[in-house]
Amino acid sequence: MKKNLVALLSFLLVFSLVLAGCSEEKAEETKSQLDVIMKRGKLIGGVNADIPGFGYLDSDGSYKGMDIDITKAIAAAVFGDANAVEYRPLSSEERFVAVQTGEVDVLARNTTYTTSRDASVGLAFAPVTFYDGQGMMVHKDSGIKSLKDLEGARISVESGTTTELNLADQMRKLGVSYEPVVFDSQDAAVAAYEEGSVDAYTTDRSGLVSRRSTLSNPDDHIILNDVLSKEPLAPSVKDGDTKWADIVTWTVYALIQAEEYGITQGNVDTFMDSDVPEIRRFLGVEGDLGEQLGLKNDFVVQIIKAVGNYGEVYDRHLGPDTVFDLDRGPNNLWTDGGLMYSPPFR
Amino acid sequence: MSKPSTSTPFWRDKRIIPILLQVVFAVIVVIAGVFLITNALTSLRQIGISFGYDFLGKMASFDIGDKLIEFSSTDSYGKAFIVGILNTIKVAFIGIILATILGFIVGISRLSTNWLARMVATVYVEIFRNTPLLVQIFIWFYAVFLGFPIIEKSLSIFEVFFFSNRGSVIPWFDITSATLVWGILLLIGVVLSYFAWKLRLKQQVETGQKRYPGYFAFGTILLALGIAWLLTLEAPFSISTPEISKRGYIGGYTLSPGFGALLVALVMYTASFIAEIVRGGILAVSKGQVEAAKALGLKSPTILRLVVLPQAIRIIIPPLTNQYLNLIKNSSLAAAVAYQELVGVGITVLSQTGRSIEVISIVILVYLSMSLFTSLLMNIYNKYSQLVER
Repeated sequence: MKKNLVALLSFLLVFSLVLAGCSEEKAEETKSQLDVIMKRGKLIGGVNADIPGFGYLDSDGSYKGMDIDITKAIAAAVFGDANAVEYRPLSSEERFVAVQTGEVDVLARNTTYTTSRDASVGLAFAPVTFYDGQGMMVHKDSGIKSLKDLEGARISVESGTTTELNLADQMRKLGVSYEPVVFDSQDAAVAAYEEGSVDAYTTDRSGLVSRRSTLSNPDDHIILNDVLSKEPLAPSVKDGDTKWADIVTWTVYALIQAEEYGITQGNVDTFMDSDVPEIRRFLGVEGDLGEQLGLKNDFVVQIIKAVGNYGEVYDRHLGPDTVFDLDRGPNNLWTDGGLMYSPPFR
Repeated sequence: MSKPSTSTPFWRDKRIIPILLQVVFAVIVVIAGVFLITNALTSLRQIGISFGYDFLGKMASFDIGDKLIEFSSTDSYGKAFIVGILNTIKVAFIGIILATILGFIVGISRLSTNWLARMVATVYVEIFRNTPLLVQIFIWFYAVFLGFPIIEKSLSIFEVFFFSNRGSVIPWFDITSATLVWGILLLIGVVLSYFAWKLRLKQQVETGQKRYPGYFAFGTILLALGIAWLLTLEAPFSISTPEISKRGYIGGYTLSPGFGALLVALVMYTASFIAEIVRGGILAVSKGQVEAAKALGLKSPTILRLVVLPQAIRIIIPPLTNQYLNLIKNSSLAAAVAYQELVGVGITVLSQTGRSIEVISIVILVYLSMSLFTSLLMNIYNKYSQLVER
């Protein structure tokens, strides 16, 4: 009996650790993820598959959205080929383990940048690619006008998100009692809301706008004016690998800087013989900024040719020509009163 | 024969080989275990995460919808786990009872001489046993529980049971000051009635005269309840009937759609397996037993109750235990329908703290202890119901 127990326990341990997905190579490896990616010949990006505008699987089988374009930009910076990416659709609970274990090289899945995720979850965040805030969607005929009207309401939310925590914080602050209905997928949470099983659905405001567009009668739903929290969304990589983190960081900055210089997908070639020293350095005509990062000197050109500048990426997925028509607001360049700011490329 | 040990090398010695093989196997297992543990710890250290359970004492800052004990977002992760464990126990306990009842009814119906009962039971078993449980949970949740009308137009039965897509509500008991007294006296009454029944039965067997053991047992309980009434002059509980208010129900006991879908799916699924086990157990009782009982002039229900089932039970219990364990473990599919049991809470804690190994180890330990405890109870019952050989 005792022997059985020992065998059972060892088996359990083995099994739980295998689940945690830790393999020998990772323990011994000291080289940067960049070398691994170079050797593999493609980037593995952890993305969302069901938020239109940010990351979703289109009907033609390709991934589209802002986060997808960021992933493409990174692939373009590393390989000069935006299509050298393998996408891994992740749920909100799976995403951190996927980064921790190195299953994905970069996580671009509308993930909020927070202290604890930076410190104890073991992620290193790149700059914010989208400044968002949490909002609340309710049925128009429910008569709910603000968060205070939600007394006793059932509110659906996706598990494993900051949304779940912010909801608890805000309601505690307002002293409103409610019943959280926590689903492990966004589709289920929205379905329960649409059926009227819950009174309200909460997630990031951009997510609400994009989700509302997929409901059968978008006009029957309103998004409350209350903003429950700050939700800066940023790509992230595994902590402790500064070389790889730098590449992701400066890829995002390159997108922002390109917009500031007015360099677009269409006109990037005309800038190649620019006389302005900063632009020459930025595009890698002069200097060795790319090599310092471990990339080719023209990595910025590759990024812009692949996806355009930040403004173009935004407009393609969330701008006036899309169903969302989201105002840029804080996502404008700092020169236009927004928060998008890149440190100098030099 | 005098010196076989000198002529046989130890690797060909039949007494040593089995021991040697076991030692080799144990060493491999231990090495693999140690290797995996150190490897996991090294990887964690590399990304700067320390291993430990200290997070359990920290503030959870999330809320849980279904809960049996008070829980708010200021309580600890540890307490959140307890709420989750209680929710698992709740669905498993009710589920096991209902699945057993339904399973026995269906299993017996499958052997019925009534054509309709037999066919209905067969169709039921084949459908529920042969489709995936997760699919069944989704169907119950989306098609049935979310398909109920909105709350203002709740379906109602006698204005006391209500069904809407916010949840189903049933009348419930409210504990009053008298509940405890009634409970204690009922317990005493039940114990005494058991002894009274035994005593009268013994006398009846010894004397051969009718001593009415059943009436005496029942009378004892009535007497105990009569005393309880005299002591408290109150009903044991008040019944709270639900009413519809704006966004929910007031009074009664509300079952959330997630809990409802999970419970019904688990019961229907597990009962289809139990039905087959019961049928197998009954068929395994030799035909001669039934024939002998018939020859004695017993009626069919009596044969089933006194001759067939007591013997079938011995065959039924071990596989039945497996089904109970399956039901407990299958309750972890609840996360799909927003019922926050152990795994649901675990997933939330895991993604808020990033402590995947710790959280998964807790979940494994809890399921392991619940399953072992259930097997223990069933093993005790199994021993008790085994044939006593004389």
